[in-house]
Amino acid sequence: MTNVNNQENIAIRTVNLNLWYGSFQALFDVNLAIKQGIITSMIGPSGCGKSTVLRSVDRINERLGYVRIDGAIQVLDKNVYDADVDLAQLRKQVGMVFQRPNPLPISIFDNIIFGHRIHRSPEQKISRSEEEAIVEAALRRVLLWDKVKDKLKRKATLDLSLEERQKLCIARLLPVKPAVLLMDEPCSALDPKGTSAVEELIWELRGEYTILLVTHNMAQARRASDECVFMLMGRVMEHSKTDDMFVTPAKRETADYIEGRYG
Amino acid sequence: MASQLSSQTDNASAGDLRNQDWYLDKFFQSIMFLCGISAILFVLGIFIFVFKEGSGFIIHQLDWAEFFLSPKWRPTSATQATYGTFAMVAGTAAVTVISMAIALPFSFGAAIFIAEFARGKTREWLKVIIEMLAAIPSVVWGFIGLMIMNPLIIDTFDVPIGLNVLNSGIILGLMAAPIITSIAEDAFKAVPDTYREAAEALGATKWQVVYKVILPAAKNGLLSAALLGIGRAFGETMAVLMASGHALTVPTSVFDSIRALTATIAAELGETPVGSDHYQALFAIGIFLFSITFVINMTADFIVRGIKNQ
Repeated sequence: MTNVNNQENIAIRTVNLNLWYGSFQALFDVNLAIKQGIITSMIGPSGCGKSTVLRSVDRINERLGYVRIDGAIQVLDKNVYDADVDLAQLRKQVGMVFQRPNPLPISIFDNIIFGHRIHRSPEQKISRSEEEAIVEAALRRVLLWDKVKDKLKRKATLDLSLEERQKLCIARLLPVKPAVLLMDEPCSALDPKGTSAVEELIWELRGEYTILLVTHNMAQARRASDECVFMLMGRVMEHSKTDDMFVTPAKRETADYIEGRYG
Repeated sequence: MASQLSSQTDNASAGDLRNQDWYLDKFFQSIMFLCGISAILFVLGIFIFVFKEGSGFIIHQLDWAEFFLSPKWRPTSATQATYGTFAMVAGTAAVTVISMAIALPFSFGAAIFIAEFARGKTREWLKVIIEMLAAIPSVVWGFIGLMIMNPLIIDTFDVPIGLNVLNSGIILGLMAAPIITSIAEDAFKAVPDTYREAAEALGATKWQVVYKVILPAAKNGLLSAALLGIGRAFGETMAVLMASGHALTVPTSVFDSIRALTATIAAELGETPVGSDHYQALFAIGIFLFSITFVINMTADFIVRGIKNQ
């Protein structure tokens, strides 16, 4: 953590974050500062809490009902656990990509415009052609437009490959202009070709969005992120520039994990 | 037999691996097979019996136009017996429409609440109570229609008689509601949780998740729930017999008494000589009812299969 340069803007900051699933404590005093506009990857063995951190940022964890949290997570300097936080607004600002591509069982067009429709105010009238423009822009951004432009009315859960579905799931976050994209092992369900295509896309989005990427694939963390967080047993062990971490890890545990001695 | 068995067990030592367990297994397999196909045999048996009793009338005497289009059901007239079911079909249809108008909104609402909003104890208790509602015998429902709803309707709407389309519609609606609710709830439960998670992560509220994602995804299941509810309302006998007034009229308002197809069979079959025209005409109604509910249930089944294959 000492390596982090504090002059840059911080998009997500966790302050003494502790989290319990029922009586099981999953996170211990997590203090992270995720910089704006870059890709930060989180690595660590299964069950180390990396997904838990991610799922706490947009509070999707709370669906489980037995989660207790202590501490704070600031997204753009606002604690998301404050009482006056509107979940819909938070999730508009913080988009999430899941491990398994999960397009909604509605048309491709409706999938992309879904977020936009639920977040615009009722009096805000928008024409069909404006919606079409939004959908096209989002699909072009994820390099999917040419493949799906003729079947926008088809159900998104039909005849799309996993890779295309995952790109669609990224594309549907873009119309509401989020600041942060959370990605929970976005490539783990994909084949190598799909993985590299989605990785390229994530790299494409770099700069425009702050991206927090959970992965158990160390090669992916190495080639697709600027900074890297290594977690172990619910604690942050190390947070540094990806290049530094993989060349000169500061801690023994990090070195052991990177070299594949456990995990 | 016993010697056969022992000689076969002897064979086991000579390379035949079938032992006692193998035969026991086979034995129970055949028993289970018989149990399995018995349902088919019973349905076929009922089918054949009903057709046998009604077919003579249908083939030789039935005037199709009269049967479906005439409202005059005068089976006991000595000089000119007529067998028109139009009034009963209209009555049954009217009651079914009213019952669905009552049952569908309630059941779907209840199913949405149970599947999407209720948690823990509330959910379990609601499910138990709704199942109890399904276990109430139909004659008790008929009794409620006769003794409670009847005076209530007379007082509330200031009509001469409370045994009518409205009364039996409400009773049938309440009877069909638990079935519709539990099938609709299954339909909601079959919607993968990843859809809810995805929509919520996009910032949708619970209610937006329900009407933008869950309802469209579950619509086939809901349709089949509605169809089974209709089938239930169509085929119900005792409660309608008691709550409908059992009067042979083509209803023009919800306050008209009617007579249902099923109730006609129940009320008249015991008093007709076996094999008479009247007796056979009642079986013809039975065949008609059978065909309708068969089609409804098959359609519902195909719709459910459609969901699974998607």
